[in-house]
Amino acid sequence: MTARVLRIARSQPAFMVSLTVLAAVIFMAIFGAWLAPQDPFAINPSAVNQGSSAQHWLGTDEFGRDLLSRLLIGIQPTMLVAIGATAIAGVFGSLLGIAGAYGRPWLSFLIMRSVDIMLSFPPILLALLAVGFWESGVLSLAVVIGVLYIPHFARVAHSATLQVTRQEFMEAERAMGASVRRVVFTAILPNILSPLVVQATLTVAAAILLESGLSFLGLGIVPPEPSWGQMIGTARGYLAQNPMYVIWPSLLLALTVLAINVVGDRLRDILDPRLREE
Amino acid sequence: MLEVRNLSIAFKTSAGLKPAVRGIDFTINPGEILGLVGESGSGKTITSLGVMGLLPPNAVVTAGEVLVDGVDMLKLSPAELRKLRGRHVAMIFQDPMASLDPIFTCGDQIVEAILLHENISKTQARRKALELLEKVHIPDPARTMRSYPHELSGGQCQRVMIAMAVSCKPRIIIADEPTTALDVTVQKQVLDLLRGLNQEVGAAILLITHDLGVIYEVADRVVVMYAGEKMEEATTQDLFTNPKSDYAKALIDSMPALGSKHGRLPVIERDDAGNVRSVRPEPRIRPAQAGPVPDSAGRVPLLELRELCKSYWVKPSPLSTPVEMRAVDKVSFAIAPRTTLGLVGESGCGKTTLSRAVIRLSNPDSGQILFKGKDIAKLSESEMLPFRREIAMVFQNPYGSLNPRQTVSDLVAAPMIIVGEGDSGERGRRVAHLLDAVGLPRSAASKYPHEFSGGQRQRIAVARALALKPSLVICDEAVSALDVSVQAQVLNLLKDLQVEFDLTYLFISHDLSVVEHVSDTVAVMQKGRIVEYGPADGIFAAPKDPYTRMLLDAVPTIGVERAERGAL
Repeated sequence: MTARVLRIARSQPAFMVSLTVLAAVIFMAIFGAWLAPQDPFAINPSAVNQGSSAQHWLGTDEFGRDLLSRLLIGIQPTMLVAIGATAIAGVFGSLLGIAGAYGRPWLSFLIMRSVDIMLSFPPILLALLAVGFWESGVLSLAVVIGVLYIPHFARVAHSATLQVTRQEFMEAERAMGASVRRVVFTAILPNILSPLVVQATLTVAAAILLESGLSFLGLGIVPPEPSWGQMIGTARGYLAQNPMYVIWPSLLLALTVLAINVVGDRLRDILDPRLREE
Repeated sequence: MLEVRNLSIAFKTSAGLKPAVRGIDFTINPGEILGLVGESGSGKTITSLGVMGLLPPNAVVTAGEVLVDGVDMLKLSPAELRKLRGRHVAMIFQDPMASLDPIFTCGDQIVEAILLHENISKTQARRKALELLEKVHIPDPARTMRSYPHELSGGQCQRVMIAMAVSCKPRIIIADEPTTALDVTVQKQVLDLLRGLNQEVGAAILLITHDLGVIYEVADRVVVMYAGEKMEEATTQDLFTNPKSDYAKALIDSMPALGSKHGRLPVIERDDAGNVRSVRPEPRIRPAQAGPVPDSAGRVPLLELRELCKSYWVKPSPLSTPVEMRAVDKVSFAIAPRTTLGLVGESGCGKTTLSRAVIRLSNPDSGQILFKGKDIAKLSESEMLPFRREIAMVFQNPYGSLNPRQTVSDLVAAPMIIVGEGDSGERGRRVAHLLDAVGLPRSAASKYPHEFSGGQRQRIAVARALALKPSLVICDEAVSALDVSVQAQVLNLLKDLQVEFDLTYLFISHDLSVVEHVSDTVAVMQKGRIVEYGPADGIFAAPKDPYTRMLLDAVPTIGVERAERGAL
């Protein structure tokens, strides 16, 4: 599959560029602290809200901290939250979706109607509510956002499972007396993996946006720890003094989310055998 | 009228052009029915698409010409081609349900087809559509005009398709497997209809099929294709009495024909030089380690059904009260150990519901299923587990019944893993042994199902069914999706394995000739009831029930045997 992805990437520039951007962002998330040219927490009251200069390539923030260094380490908590949330949503959402499609009627009613109810609220609203009760931090944000995206995964897993369960090999498994666990993990799960992988990429993008939104409102990552959303929120107050302060994190955030969405979109085409061009 | 000269078609692949059709020549004269026969993958459908100018984007015509009344179709612009289609050349597809648009009524679709090519008013077109439906002998044409495709049966849909095809009095009709998806009795009606229209309208018909029986019934001349090449062209009479090419001879031999029961069916083999020939393989001898043949005389039947019933509750319309639909109605029969019971019936007669009830994928409403004398009809899922070892099933569709994400060794070992039998080493040895038994190379174990052909996949399914050495194997239309020659191989295999593993078969099929070939006893099912039940020889020699007789008459048979039967 990796070979296929690379072959397709070569023929599609947008996909290629997105993959590169994504790789760079992940590299930043892992090695940001080493890459940072200066201490991202060092306060310098004499150089507040400056523009680009030889010393501070992207300028400084309201406390005179180096913007480039803060941007480099600011992606890490966001990424941790996004990936953690996606993992939580993916595991529980997929299992619930499978149970909703394959389980007994009352169970499936319970699961799928709860999913419908949860989907009828905008996630940011529920996130605000949940974050209000809990202490902010990477872990709690990941859990809250993860739970919020469980219904999305459940929906995808549900419809994919419904398709798979109509196939004859499911009947064959039952005729052999297979246990429910075996049916779920060897017959259903491998066959619904491709839509779930696509959903996972899209959820990472959505979780990044949601975390950034919460941090923007001051309910996410707690200062002095930076995150891009939080930096945009702070920079809003200094638009007049240093317009580039708000532009850099916004630009990076938009690029990252765009890249993930493009990759997820193309991944769907690659993984869906019906759209596969030979 | 239609002349195909030296037509070659190739598929574009990453490794360059892969030829699918090589140098095909044939002509169709006005009023003639030309049969194009071959197995799947022989290039017959791609030939017909090439003739219509409907090739898929990854196929290209590499040589040759297709002349319709002297005009080369391949050199026409798309606009000119569109005019020619429908007016001169019309097409009937294999799956009538899928080729009609589900969201328009049948009447609208016929009217649209008429208006595309004729400059008349809509009311005139409607009147014409109604006439056409009468012409194709649809009961209640006015209602059919208002019906959506899903409200009609497969045979009725095919009639609508035929009505659309003849709507503009085309000179040539290309029918691609027009009856493959239909029951024998419906098939007979549709073939009669095609024949009648051919005489009445005077259109030439190119009939593409894998079924020699269909060719025998309606075609005037036959072109036999194999691996993209024309093997033989002859009049139907000549082909069946005196086939010249080895392949045509082999193909005719491998058909299980009604009334000509042999122990083994001949299969088509290809030797190293590429020559095709027909071989009647010797039955395999029972291996010594299998032990002596168990004495089954006078013992209880392995499986006995007593008054088995299974109903569905259906609502005729959303607001009405549910009505009971007896899918299986008081069915009783018995199968002695090491014999085969053939269960025949048309689609919708309840034979699949019956098979699912016997293996307890569904719960029967009443009646008994005695397996080795014990009633399993009311057992719970956990009480059923020991019996799942004894009863195995081979499903109809070899493409659907194997999990595409598992390797062959995982698939074949699955029943052993489920009951927790043996360690991985022992399971591996058993898988290898089973692959030998069903005639697959051992290297197959590490491959995935999509790497195999339909016949090979059915072998994998058979190997899986045998993994726990069951005593009863239910074959639900197990060979229906396969080509004639592959079908012969699988049927031979099933017979060999019956001897080798002491198997008892419940063999479900709609194909009477296959059932006659494999069965010791036969049960004929109609609308949920068994209408006739008895030894196979008796039923096929002297059917008592009118329905059985009708089924037997509807099967297209190849002349000689049929004449003999009439004389008896």
